[in-house]
Amino acid sequence: MKGNIIKYARDNIDTDVIIPGTYLKIHDYTELATHAMEGLDPDFHSKVKEGDFILSGKNFGCGSSREHAPIALSHSGIKAVLALSFARIFYRNSVDGAFLLPIEIGQDAYDGISEGDEISIDVSTNEIKNITKNQAYKMKPFSELIGKIIAAGGLFKYKPDQD
Amino acid sequence: MNITEKILARGAGKSSVSPDDVVFAKVDKVMMHDVSGPGVIKVFDKLKKQGISVDKLWDPTKVWVAEDHFVPSAEKVSAENIVKLSNFTKHYGIEKHFKYGMGQYGICHTISHEEAMVLPGDVYVGGDSHTNTTGALGAFACGLGHTDIAYVLLNGQIWFKVPETYYFKLNGKLPDHVMAKDLILKIIGEIGNDGGAYQTMQFGGSGIDEMSVESRLTMCNMTTEAGAKNGIVEPDQKVVDYLTQRGATNMNLVKGDDDAEYSKIFEFESSEMEPTIAKPFSPENTCVVREAPSVELDKSYIGSCTGAKYEDLEAAARILKGRKVKIRTEILPAAISIYQRAMENGLLKIFLDAGATVGPPTCGACCGAHMGVLAKDEICISTTNRNFPGRMGHVESQTYLASPLVAAASAVTGKITDPRDLK
Repeated sequence: MKGNIIKYARDNIDTDVIIPGTYLKIHDYTELATHAMEGLDPDFHSKVKEGDFILSGKNFGCGSSREHAPIALSHSGIKAVLALSFARIFYRNSVDGAFLLPIEIGQDAYDGISEGDEISIDVSTNEIKNITKNQAYKMKPFSELIGKIIAAGGLFKYKPDQD
Repeated sequence: MNITEKILARGAGKSSVSPDDVVFAKVDKVMMHDVSGPGVIKVFDKLKKQGISVDKLWDPTKVWVAEDHFVPSAEKVSAENIVKLSNFTKHYGIEKHFKYGMGQYGICHTISHEEAMVLPGDVYVGGDSHTNTTGALGAFACGLGHTDIAYVLLNGQIWFKVPETYYFKLNGKLPDHVMAKDLILKIIGEIGNDGGAYQTMQFGGSGIDEMSVESRLTMCNMTTEAGAKNGIVEPDQKVVDYLTQRGATNMNLVKGDDDAEYSKIFEFESSEMEPTIAKPFSPENTCVVREAPSVELDKSYIGSCTGAKYEDLEAAARILKGRKVKIRTEILPAAISIYQRAMENGLLKIFLDAGATVGPPTCGACCGAHMGVLAKDEICISTTNRNFPGRMGHVESQTYLASPLVAAASAVTGKITDPRDLK
């Protein structure tokens, strides 16, 4: 999986800035996507491209359980969020709904990757390559269950009884 | 095992579980509202297209539904969501649907305790992050997104990684001018926005023994703001009495074993707490009220699952009785049952005499939805739970989180005010 980075070099990007509360009534996801990241970056919608990745700091997606958050990012074209850590509901919403990959990274990747860098992610080897800068980093491997749900394509396609 | 582990072990049908075990736990109660509900409906529509059966729910008697975020409807989209929700509950035979304008209704987390929808020992999940609130009744109460809620509606179970438990030992009774809100803000200020991430925050000690059930609900409510999977208090006679008064029977009081393990223990002297606020733009950005910045407030908002329970209104009334508000003051009881008690006991008259307005139960402006959202540069003191940029309206508005006592005292002066300093 390859994409370009949109970097927000800060911690605690919360669901209120990812998709402000006033839009929670909207369940047309194309429309919802036009408001993604509005609370932090009003230019996000015009600059994001299909296949981009977001890079950010600690506790990404903290706050609300609104699934609108990963949905708004996913319908904007975001395929993965790389962050130092994730808030729990955003993380499981991203995985169970198969909206995007939440990739936990280390400080080396956080510091090394810049806005606009082209990145490739290989979840089978846990490798992140920075094609622009010719660097490589390790992502934190998915736990067993998370890996299986991702491989299945979301919670509804995962069959726990077969384990 | 501690209480959370015991409840999850029972749910998972295992004799014991340990932190980091991944389990599928059977769910006893599940809740959705007018934001997560339409999301669930959308998931059901998608499943239908994929040929997955959504003909019936696993058990409609274990499902309950609240209308709270966008009621009363301010525009067509919200109105249509309420209609969709009503059609859904009718179609699937869900009888416990608390409808705006039809007897008891209110904020979902408030209904969970006011109507004894959740009992001690339950595995309870809700399509809202503040589902943690109800752990104060001795249940495992955890917030999920709408895909997970849809999964529970069809399968009756959901996966959890068994959390580690942080135990917060609270010592002594809170002083009269201090509320549980001050204490939980203090705790979040110390441990940070992700200080309880993925973990259980369990509260105990003499500070909890002394606390009312409603105060414990405030404590557990804001464990969400520290990132916790659940907040929990071991149930005692106060919980039994509280739920019995609300019609509950057959309670299963699960408590931790004597050798229960906690991964961290924190200690707080509740008896020495001071009125505390969280400044913009994060619940962890706390200070004591007497060191608060001197800002001209535009509004005091006393509402939400966090800060508009009966005892919250009673606290605000103690301050507002015989005084006048200096800034817009909006008081929204969190459920009709609370509204009614406030009316019967004269609290509404106190609020109106003070010049405040009283609104219907709704999540309203707490989440920036409607009913009093903030304009650019407006500054609000609020009994709600979050103050991220744009939380209550314009991204350049500001919210200070406070207890009902502090919010009411500040309403009187127009500045952030310690209730002890009110003339």
